[in-house]
Amino acid sequence: MTNKSMENLTRGIIRENPVLVMLLGMCPTLGVTTSAGNGLGMGLATLLVLMLSNIAIAAVKSFIPDIVRIPSFIVIIASFVTILEMLMQAYAPLMYDALGIYIPLIVVNCIILGRAEAFASKHSVFQSLLDAIGMGLGFTLALTLLGSLREMLGNGSLFGWSFLSENASPILLFIMPPGAFLALGGIIAVVNRLKGEK
Amino acid sequence: MMNRTIIKPVAVLGGISAIMAMMLGFVHYSTLKPIAAAQNAKILAAISEVAGEFDNDPYAEKQLITTPDKKQKFEMYPARLDGKLNAVAIKSYTNTGFGGRIDLMTGFNVDGSIKTFKIISSNETPGLGSKTDEPRFKSQLNGFHPQKQILKVRQDGGDVDAVTAATISSRAVLRAIERAFAAFHNFNSRGDDDK
Repeated sequence: MTNKSMENLTRGIIRENPVLVMLLGMCPTLGVTTSAGNGLGMGLATLLVLMLSNIAIAAVKSFIPDIVRIPSFIVIIASFVTILEMLMQAYAPLMYDALGIYIPLIVVNCIILGRAEAFASKHSVFQSLLDAIGMGLGFTLALTLLGSLREMLGNGSLFGWSFLSENASPILLFIMPPGAFLALGGIIAVVNRLKGEK
Repeated sequence: MMNRTIIKPVAVLGGISAIMAMMLGFVHYSTLKPIAAAQNAKILAAISEVAGEFDNDPYAEKQLITTPDKKQKFEMYPARLDGKLNAVAIKSYTNTGFGGRIDLMTGFNVDGSIKTFKIISSNETPGLGSKTDEPRFKSQLNGFHPQKQILKVRQDGGDVDAVTAATISSRAVLRAIERAFAAFHNFNSRGDDDK
């Protein structure tokens, strides 16, 4: 694998992490991460859509006139999201229950349109796939991290496995919407600090 | 010419939409059955959780029962063991939850007392209102008879302890169960069932 491919693959994971560094896709990030499992599920669903849409867009980019570029991308992305939603409903109903209303929101996740516009519309299919995997993993990593932190602080458990006694009271605030902002802010601060020291 | 510049974009966007629509149609038809099966399985799982053992197909014997004010219809699933009616599961809902609508399934013994209940879908706050579906709250209702005891939270003069910091959710859950009971009672007193 050439340096450039490697670079495209790994860039999204930490250095240009879509959530923690570029601050894209905040809606699902803040909304679904009430538990580590939800964060992981949403991350993987987004990863899948991102891979499919980047491949499709890189493949058809030369046929699409500039004037209908964005509408075409939206049609492609929305179709893949709907397909994923139907497949999930059929074969992973538990996951669908947990993520239900957030799945259609993947359509408007700016990470996906952002990568389509900034990367897939200018690069080859293979490079776009690498970029999608990197960015998708970065997104999954950030959501799982945030979900784990919120679940541990707010519910005293991790991936549903409880480590507090029945009578201990966790910091409920972290499960509720304001806690999402606090936890995300904390994680971003740590990431910035780590990046600054390089 | 205007016409020239508009034909290609329209054709491309139309073509992409057509291809995507075909894919969507294909996936829609091929997932139709699995989705229905998954939803049935979910309801059956809820029935067996609240109504105990059964060997019939409650789904096939579904009946609609009306609340006394005749405004709502709830689904009732009889659970029979060896042909004898063991319990019924009634699916009811309320819109008074903290996060809006709560759908739940309640199991009733033949004498009208509650077996237990199971929340099917809700938007209650995770870690607060969602605790109404946990054993600590639920176990209070095992064998509870809504005509002998008061199916309300203590703050409202009832016999049920609300979940700490989730009185609204607790109230809403009890309200949905109470509606299921009222409909069940109404159905029984009409005496047109097949028991």
